[in-house]
Amino acid sequence: MTTNPLDADRPPERTRAERRAERRAGGGRRDESLMVPDVKFESYYGRSVVKPAPWEADIPAYIFLGGVAAGSGLIGAGAAARRLPTLRRNARYSALAAVAVGGLALVRDLGKPSRALNMMRTVKVTSPMSVGSWILTAFGAFAGLAVASEAGQGFLDRDSGLAKVLRVADPAASAGSALMAPPLAAYTAILLADTASPTWHESYRQLPFVFVGSASAAAAGLALLTSPPEQTGPARRMAAAGAALELVAMHRMEGNLGEVLAEPLRTGRAGLLLRASKALTGAGAVTATVFGRNRVAAGLSGLALLAGSACTRFGVFEAGIESAKDPRYTVSPQRERLERRRAEGVTDDAITTSR
Amino acid sequence: MGFWKNQLTGPTDPATDAAWDTGKPRKGFFTDTSICIGCKACEVACKEWNAVPEDGLGLLGSSYDNTGALGASTWRHVAFVEQDGDRIATARESGRRLVDLGMPALRATAEAAGGSSDGSGVTDLRGATPTERTAVGQRESTGQPFQDGGSAGVAVAEAEIPDFRWLMSSDVCKHCTHAACLDVCPTGALFRTEFGTVVVQDDVCNGCGYCVAACPFGVIERRPGEDTVKNAGIAQKCTLCYDRIGHDQTPACAQACPTTSIKFGDLAQMQDAARERVDVLHDLGYPEARLYGANENDGVGGTGSVFLLLDEPEVYGLPPDPRVTTAALPDMFRKAGFAAVAMLGLAAASFVGGRRR
Repeated sequence: MTTNPLDADRPPERTRAERRAERRAGGGRRDESLMVPDVKFESYYGRSVVKPAPWEADIPAYIFLGGVAAGSGLIGAGAAARRLPTLRRNARYSALAAVAVGGLALVRDLGKPSRALNMMRTVKVTSPMSVGSWILTAFGAFAGLAVASEAGQGFLDRDSGLAKVLRVADPAASAGSALMAPPLAAYTAILLADTASPTWHESYRQLPFVFVGSASAAAAGLALLTSPPEQTGPARRMAAAGAALELVAMHRMEGNLGEVLAEPLRTGRAGLLLRASKALTGAGAVTATVFGRNRVAAGLSGLALLAGSACTRFGVFEAGIESAKDPRYTVSPQRERLERRRAEGVTDDAITTSR
Repeated sequence: MGFWKNQLTGPTDPATDAAWDTGKPRKGFFTDTSICIGCKACEVACKEWNAVPEDGLGLLGSSYDNTGALGASTWRHVAFVEQDGDRIATARESGRRLVDLGMPALRATAEAAGGSSDGSGVTDLRGATPTERTAVGQRESTGQPFQDGGSAGVAVAEAEIPDFRWLMSSDVCKHCTHAACLDVCPTGALFRTEFGTVVVQDDVCNGCGYCVAACPFGVIERRPGEDTVKNAGIAQKCTLCYDRIGHDQTPACAQACPTTSIKFGDLAQMQDAARERVDVLHDLGYPEARLYGANENDGVGGTGSVFLLLDEPEVYGLPPDPRVTTAALPDMFRKAGFAAVAMLGLAAASFVGGRRR
């Protein structure tokens, strides 16, 4: 017995008693033409026009972790400059751990993980993924150097040669992490936007701001979770500012997308995740600002900020995939902009021509 | 500057841009769906020649189409659409409207006359009424097949609308002038051939899947399956039979097509053939006939596969106004740059402002 998608539309089999009851009630035979659905032709049997990215949870997880790494890189550099040793140490370890796990998630998502290094065989500015691979590599190198310096200080003799080298390398690691961090947090927005998935592509003007805000808030949250309140003053300010940036940018993004393309952000699992993200990020930022000097409250707000950022990334990811799967999101905005151009008298740039 | 201007959008010769100096003409398909009989010989020939693995034997319940869509293991896909009289009338109406717009003969005429490529010759026609525009864009060779059919509702010798028709169309990779798949490929696995086509190098692709999401036509796909499946985990699509055309052979699908619905040759010739054919159909009283992909001013800079369709593109599962995503890439990077600066400033302010505690 084979099955096909049409089986779901078939009426359930009725027992003989039910059939008899129906005949008595004057139902008679069902009109079979009623079973053929009225086909709507604005799409080809409801099939998607563009294909969704074949990416799984690894990718939004990486985007989240990359953001945490980037924010932690900045916090580490800031803490080094302001001489906050515990915050510096924790942020540096966080940055390296997040970037390493994130990188592994990226490799895992490849169709051929054994060829991951092929990303390094070219530099291509037209490919945000190629640009991102190099950003990730550079950031990873600086984050690794920062951790090496941090760990080395613990057990190396102060006068040893290696310790002297690390003392020179330490500021370079800080500066490098701080410089590569913002691109690392921002490029992932372009990675999603430079696709044919309608909701991702059309949100490219605000998505980078959503993502850097989310990255700042998440990394600040991790710092609040791992470091004592005496040293996390800057992290609390960063949490508030990052959360504010994310929420404002997200609001503007939804407005800018318009009714149709914002729909995937508001409905289904993506809608749920994004509503959760707003609540968690907002609550986390307020808690951090008001009760951040309390160790327990700071830790809880940190957790909320991290969870909020993760929800943002998974929500945006999911919304884009959904927008690619449903042909409506591809066809109707395109049809609309085509008609708008025609109404304005621009008739020479359509793919469909009378000759 | 001239070179860079058209690298992401607009008309250009992709093979020259990719630094080929072989001087080979750009190759392409012309798929005339008006004479497609839906035999699927193209699908079979493609699978046979390219050793494309089986990808599902289910019945899809979409007319005679049990292939579904283009994908990793479907490089030619024959669409079947069943239409009743009302739908045919709608299609005819939309085709008539397209004729009234008089495009894109407009720009070609303007350029031929003005000899400039900056589009300045176009603007003076944009204010014209549909009738005037039709008059300007009128086909020189065949006189006047339709006279403002849209508003008057009278076309010259229009064919009778049947109760029912079957649309059959063999879809294929468009081999875009500005190919999003190629532009976003991070490994360089996708490349532009000397024929202006776009091909995946199976031994380079690492299956990142970026091209899948980038293609505005939903053509390329990562092949699913176990390691025993050929090229599993790797992005796959039509190569326009790169191995055949390099030896002056016709691609397998065009070779196998029994009705010459699929034609292969120099792209310029294909476009001419398409225009000739659409003129003939218009003259026979089928205003629903239209071309898809024959305009180099469209969102992807024109395609290497030209189609003659008998209804709106979305009816066949084609996007009505595709735009290569990388056209907006400079602006995307600019926005990301601003965001990055904002993040750096935000962090700096957090650490500089206030007391340590």
